[in-house]
Amino acid sequence: MFQWTQKWVFALLSCLGMQNALAESTVNMPYGVTRMSHDIYNLHMITFYICCGIGVVVFSVLFYSIYKYRRSRGAKAANFHEHPGVEIIWTLIPFLILVGLAIPATIVLKDIHNTNESDLIIKITGYQWKWKYEYLDQGISFFSNLATPQIQIDDPQKTKNEWFLLEVDNPMVIPVHKKVKILLTSNDVIHDWWLPAFGVKQDAIPGYINENWIQVDTPGIYRGQCGELCGAYHGFMPIVVQVVPEEEFEQWVAAHMLNKTAVSNGRKAT
Amino acid sequence: MNLTDDMATAHDHADHGPAKGLKRWLFTTNHKDIGTLYLLLSLTMFFVAGIMALVVRIELFEPGKVWVTPEFFNQMTTLHGLIMVFGVIMPAMAGFANWMIPMMVGAPDMALPRLNNWSFWLLPFAFLLLSLPLLRELVGMASHLIGLNLFAGAGAAPDYGWTFYAPLSTTYGPDSTDYMIFAIHMMGISSILAAINIVVTIFNMRAPGMTWMRLPMFVWGWLVTAFLLLAVMPVLAGCVTMMLMDRHFHTAFFEAAGGGDPILFQHIFWFFGHPEVYILILPGFGIISEVVQTFSRKRLFGYSFMVAATITIAFLGYIVWMHHMFTTGAPYAAQLFFMYATMLIAVPTGVKVFNWVTTIFKGELTFETPMLFALGFLVMFTIGGFSGVMLAIAPADYQYRGSYFVVAHFHYVLVSGSLFAIFAGVYFWLPKWTGHMYNETLGKWHFWLSAISMNLTFFPMHFVGLAGMPRRIPDYALQFTNFNQIATVGAVIFGLSQLLFLAIVIRSCQKHKAGVNEHLPDNVWDGGRSLEWTRLPTPVPYHTFETVPEIGPNDTH
Repeated sequence: MFQWTQKWVFALLSCLGMQNALAESTVNMPYGVTRMSHDIYNLHMITFYICCGIGVVVFSVLFYSIYKYRRSRGAKAANFHEHPGVEIIWTLIPFLILVGLAIPATIVLKDIHNTNESDLIIKITGYQWKWKYEYLDQGISFFSNLATPQIQIDDPQKTKNEWFLLEVDNPMVIPVHKKVKILLTSNDVIHDWWLPAFGVKQDAIPGYINENWIQVDTPGIYRGQCGELCGAYHGFMPIVVQVVPEEEFEQWVAAHMLNKTAVSNGRKAT
Repeated sequence: MNLTDDMATAHDHADHGPAKGLKRWLFTTNHKDIGTLYLLLSLTMFFVAGIMALVVRIELFEPGKVWVTPEFFNQMTTLHGLIMVFGVIMPAMAGFANWMIPMMVGAPDMALPRLNNWSFWLLPFAFLLLSLPLLRELVGMASHLIGLNLFAGAGAAPDYGWTFYAPLSTTYGPDSTDYMIFAIHMMGISSILAAINIVVTIFNMRAPGMTWMRLPMFVWGWLVTAFLLLAVMPVLAGCVTMMLMDRHFHTAFFEAAGGGDPILFQHIFWFFGHPEVYILILPGFGIISEVVQTFSRKRLFGYSFMVAATITIAFLGYIVWMHHMFTTGAPYAAQLFFMYATMLIAVPTGVKVFNWVTTIFKGELTFETPMLFALGFLVMFTIGGFSGVMLAIAPADYQYRGSYFVVAHFHYVLVSGSLFAIFAGVYFWLPKWTGHMYNETLGKWHFWLSAISMNLTFFPMHFVGLAGMPRRIPDYALQFTNFNQIATVGAVIFGLSQLLFLAIVIRSCQKHKAGVNEHLPDNVWDGGRSLEWTRLPTPVPYHTFETVPEIGPNDTH
C-alpha cells in the first residue's frame, strides 16, 4: 500500500514535466543521480511552482490595485473593512495546499530514514579540516584532504584548477547500484557531509553516529562540501565520491588491501 | 484627580522641558528621548555591521583570497549577524515601541520610566563589550604597521557564526567568547526589562475607552513580541551561561567527551532562536499595518483576524525550533511534527498578507516613501515567505540547509522584511516627531536604490545555494563566481544608498533642533487613524497626554 502510494505520487509529479527541467545548471538544485535526489528535486520543484502560482495571484491583485486605485486617478476609498467569509476561505485554501504538499514530503522523509538492507557500510568521520573514510567490512581506512594547491587559494593571479576547492587526494569510492549505508560522526566540532548530486546531507556530530544512505545508478565523479561551519577552513574540506562499476570497486578494494598488507609487512620488517 | 490639579501638573511640566546637554540623554526618563536613543544606537550599529557585511561581500567577489584571511572572514560574518540582530533590528523596534506605544494608547509615558532608562543604557555597553575583541585586533593590526606590537597574541574575535554552535564556540572557541557571553547577558537583561515595561504599559496605561480591540496593530504586534521576549530571552541567557560553565568551570553540558550533548546546545539555542525571528518581524508587521491603512485611506481589512494571526504566529513560533536541525539525525517522528508545525505558520502569515493586499484594494492610494517601503515589504517579504515554505519541507530542507539558499531566505525576510518596515516607520513618523517633512525626492531615491540593490544582492544567493554553495565560506568553487560578483556589486550599492537615509534623517533632526516650524497638519498623511495623528499636534510636544484622553468608537484603528 505504502509503496503503491509512493509510486503513484511520484508518477504524478513526473508527469507534470518538472523532471530534469533545469538539471545540471548552476541556478537550480541538481537533479542528481540517486532516487533520493530525484525525489527531493521533484518535491523542491512542486513546492516552487505552487509558490509561483500563489505569487502570481497575490501580486496580480496587489499590482492591479496599485495601478487602479490611486488618488491621482481619482480613486475614492471604499468603506469595507471586514468579511469573515473571505478570511475563512483564505485560511482554508492554503491549509489544503499544505496538506497536499505534506503527503509526498512525509513519504520521501520516510525513505531517507530507511537505511536497512545495505550492501556496504562506510563510516565517515569529520576532522578539522578533512574527512576520514572507513570501510568497516573491508577494513579500509584513509583520510581525504583538499588537493587544490595553496598557491591557487592565496594568489588571485594564479590560474585555478577546473575543480578548484572541489578536489581531494583520496576520493571515497563506491560501487554503482549498491545500497551504501553511511555512518557519520566527528572527531572535534560539528561537520556536515553534503553531496548535492546524491540528495544527501547529514551532520557529523561528536558523540553521535548519524545514518544516511546512497544508491547511485550512474558511474562518475561527484563533488560536495562541508555544510556546517566548522572553523576557519570550513570552506576547504571538500567531498569527492567516485562511483565505479562493481568489478572496478573489487579491484580498488583488493589494491587497497594489498597496499595495506605491504605497509604492515614493511612495518614488521623494520 | 480634579481638573485644576490636572492643569497645574500640565503647566508644571511645560515649564521644565528637557534638560540640556549630555545629562538630558543620560538621565532621561522620557519615553520619546529613550526612543530616540534606541533609534540612534540602531542607526550607528547599522553602519558598523553593514561595513562588516561589505568586508564579507568584497572577499567573496572572486575565488581565491581577495584581502582577508579565513579567520577574519569568520569574525566578520559572526559579528555582522550578532550586531544586525541584537544591535540594529531589535533596538530600532524598541525605539518605535518607546516613541509610539504611549502615544497610541493615550498614556503620558511608559509605565516604568526609570527602568526604561536602564534598559536602554545597558545596550551601548553590551555592544562595546561584544566589539572589544575586534577593536583590540584592529588596534593590534594598526600598531603592527607602525612597528609596535600591541595586544600580540590576544586571540581572535568571536568567529563561529551568529548561532555560535557548541563545541566550536566552547571547547574550540577563542578567549573572546567570554566577552560575547557577557554581552549577550546584558542584551538579554535589557530586552527583558523593555518587554516587561511594554507589557505593563499596554495592560495598565491604556486611556479610558481604549479597549483591546481598539488598539492599533502596531501595539498588538509589540504586545505579542514582548511576551515572546519574556519567554525566550531567559533561555538564551541559560544557554550562554552553560557555555560559560563548560568553558571555565569543568561542566560538560555540550562536550561529548564528558558525557554532554552538542545537540542539546542546538535545542536550547533554537528554542530561543526561532521565536527570535518573530521578535524581529512582528513589530514590523505592526508598522506595515499602520502604513498600509494610512496610505490607502481605508481601515485595515480584517482587524480581528490580523490580531488572531499575530497571536497564532507567535504560538506556532514556539513549537517549530527543530526545523533548524533536520539534518542533525533527528528521529522521523520528530521531523514530521516539526515539518507540519512549520508549514502551518504559512497559514496565519498568508492571512496577514491577504489582509494587507485587501486593505490596498479599492483604497485611495498615494505613494510617499513610507508607502513605497511598505509595498516593497509586501512583495519581497512574501518572496521570503515562499522560500520559507520550501525550507519547511523537510526532505528538501536536507538540500537547502547550510547553503546560500538559507542566506537568501533570511535576508529577504530580515532586510526587505524587518529593515524595510523600519524604514517605512521612520519615514512615516519622522514628520510627526520633528515637525519637518523629509525630502520626498531623496526618500524615493533611497527606496528605489535599496529595493533594486537588495534584490541584486540576495536574489542570486538562491541560485548559488541551490547549486551547492555552502554558507560561511570565505572562498568558493569557480562555477559560483558570476552570481557572487553580482551579489557583491548589489551589496556595495545597497551600502552606499544607506548614506542617503543618513543624510535625510540628519537633515530632519537639524531642522527640528533649529526650531524650524513648517506648520505640518496634525494628521500629516491625512489618513492616520491612531491617536498620535488624531489627538496630538505636529511636532509632538515633549510631554503628551498629561490629561487623560477619552477614547470613543470614532477613534478606531
